[in-house]
Amino acid sequence: MKLARDTWLIFQRQFQLLLRNPVWVLVGVFQPVMYLLLFAPLLKPALNAPTQAEAYKIFVPGLLVLLAIFGGLFQGFGLIAELRAGVIERSRVTPVSRLALLLGRSLRDVVSLIAQAVIITLLAFLFDLRVFIGDLLLAYLMLALIALMTSAVSYGVALKVKSEDALAPLMNTVAQPVLLLSGILLPLTFAPGWLQGVAEWNPFSWAVDGTRALFAGDLGNDKVWQGLAIIAVLAAAGVFWAARQFARTVR
Amino acid sequence: MIETRGLRKSFRSRQGRETKTVDAVRGVDLKVTEGEIFGFLGPNGAGKTTTLRMLATLIEPDGGEATIAGADLREDPAEVRRRIGYVAQGGSTWEESTAREELVLQARMYGIRKADAHRRAERALAAFQLTEYADRKCKTYSGGQRRRVEIALGIIHEPKIVFLDEPTTGLDPQSRAHMWDEIRRLRIEGMTVFITTHYLDEADALCDRIAIMDHGEVVAEGTPAGLKREISGDVVLVGLDLAATPQAAQLLDSEEYVTKLETVDEGGLRLHVDDGAVAIPRILRRVDAAGLPLASIELHRPSLDDVFLTKTGRSLRES
Repeated sequence: MKLARDTWLIFQRQFQLLLRNPVWVLVGVFQPVMYLLLFAPLLKPALNAPTQAEAYKIFVPGLLVLLAIFGGLFQGFGLIAELRAGVIERSRVTPVSRLALLLGRSLRDVVSLIAQAVIITLLAFLFDLRVFIGDLLLAYLMLALIALMTSAVSYGVALKVKSEDALAPLMNTVAQPVLLLSGILLPLTFAPGWLQGVAEWNPFSWAVDGTRALFAGDLGNDKVWQGLAIIAVLAAAGVFWAARQFARTVR
Repeated sequence: MIETRGLRKSFRSRQGRETKTVDAVRGVDLKVTEGEIFGFLGPNGAGKTTTLRMLATLIEPDGGEATIAGADLREDPAEVRRRIGYVAQGGSTWEESTAREELVLQARMYGIRKADAHRRAERALAAFQLTEYADRKCKTYSGGQRRRVEIALGIIHEPKIVFLDEPTTGLDPQSRAHMWDEIRRLRIEGMTVFITTHYLDEADALCDRIAIMDHGEVVAEGTPAGLKREISGDVVLVGLDLAATPQAAQLLDSEEYVTKLETVDEGGLRLHVDDGAVAIPRILRRVDAAGLPLASIELHRPSLDDVFLTKTGRSLRES
């Protein structure tokens, strides 16, 4: 009860500040929109897809997962600014729930990610992408879980390193291989066997496969529940670890 | 109100390959009574902030015990948090928020209901003369205004004790005087105030009692006046020409209130007395009665810096 109340309190505050500067949501969505407009048209011939819509069904889910991973991983920067301003310390001397300090922020990130995902989906509709609404909502759930995990991890790391200079290269180093090994831009069906073998171990690869299955309207595909389950477990672990960083005494 | 026994904290810092352990606080025993302004005086790096952060539950002590407003620091930090307020040295407001938003949020983080939180914020804004700027973003505030917001944040839940870490550092003299008044007002409202400072005059003027800290230890504790009295009495400088000095020395050496008499090389006397204000008229009468030409008379009272010097062998101004 207290957790829910405190989480709502922190979420409201963070969301209000986000609304005061909504341009950041648009900045975040700029790059994927560029991919959608300037890169995706190459895909129909490249993937040998029968129609443009088919190509988008492969590409858009990957793009959304990419957005969720990167959007989440870079949230830590905002936290470092808050750390420097003393806002975190001020919160930590109050009895407010430590888990709420994390969840309130991560939920704000989830909401802003979903807003961005909606913008991209609507744009993709203009290019004849069609998805059944139920499948789309499940895909958004997957994206929400990914963003929850990556933003929580980013906050946890930010509390540990406490400096932008350390956070930026760290996040990039993690994000690059994760991105390339998840078949986000092109499906890994094109990959040589060893690469597919490595990607098996990348949870985001499962998430991308699951999301693609949903966009293809293939709800019964095992990849869907497998992807959701893997990401849900990782999100829970990420939240647990990051909340401990909030609770731990920071010098 | 606060009682600590043997509070300790050390940090490990890495320099290249070597790991060094720094004993930031090495066994602090303190007793702060209800309703006083208690000052922690010491140079930067003496361990004041570390001690304060331990008492405010922000860092865990390595050893020792503390009871704060009746709650045990080690056993029940959550209860300690409910009973104390803490105002950090480096600020605590978010630039894009307004003072009112910050105050309401702070109250609500203490579990206060929304309507009550708004009422409290309104009252705090009025009490700290911030109503005019209440709905402007914090980044537009002056240093003094911002500091007032921060103190208002620290006491929005009406704690029994408020910890203020260097509350006047970086403020101009006028804002500083204003801040002293605010701090005295907190005491009038029934709060116990615990401040850290490296300003001698602040400790002297504002605090009922002080503890002097150096290298992680409390080296002296008492009222400012008591500490000064403890180390030495007052010194009266009597200005005389060289010719009159020996006669005056002979005359005053026999006075019972003079504890020590030194002659100054260029002429004149340095008299150590218990209480200068009482001694001066008597010295004047004595010298006058003997018909000696008195050029000047000067009273030197020991400062807290003299106390610091006596206890640590260094001057606080130098460290």
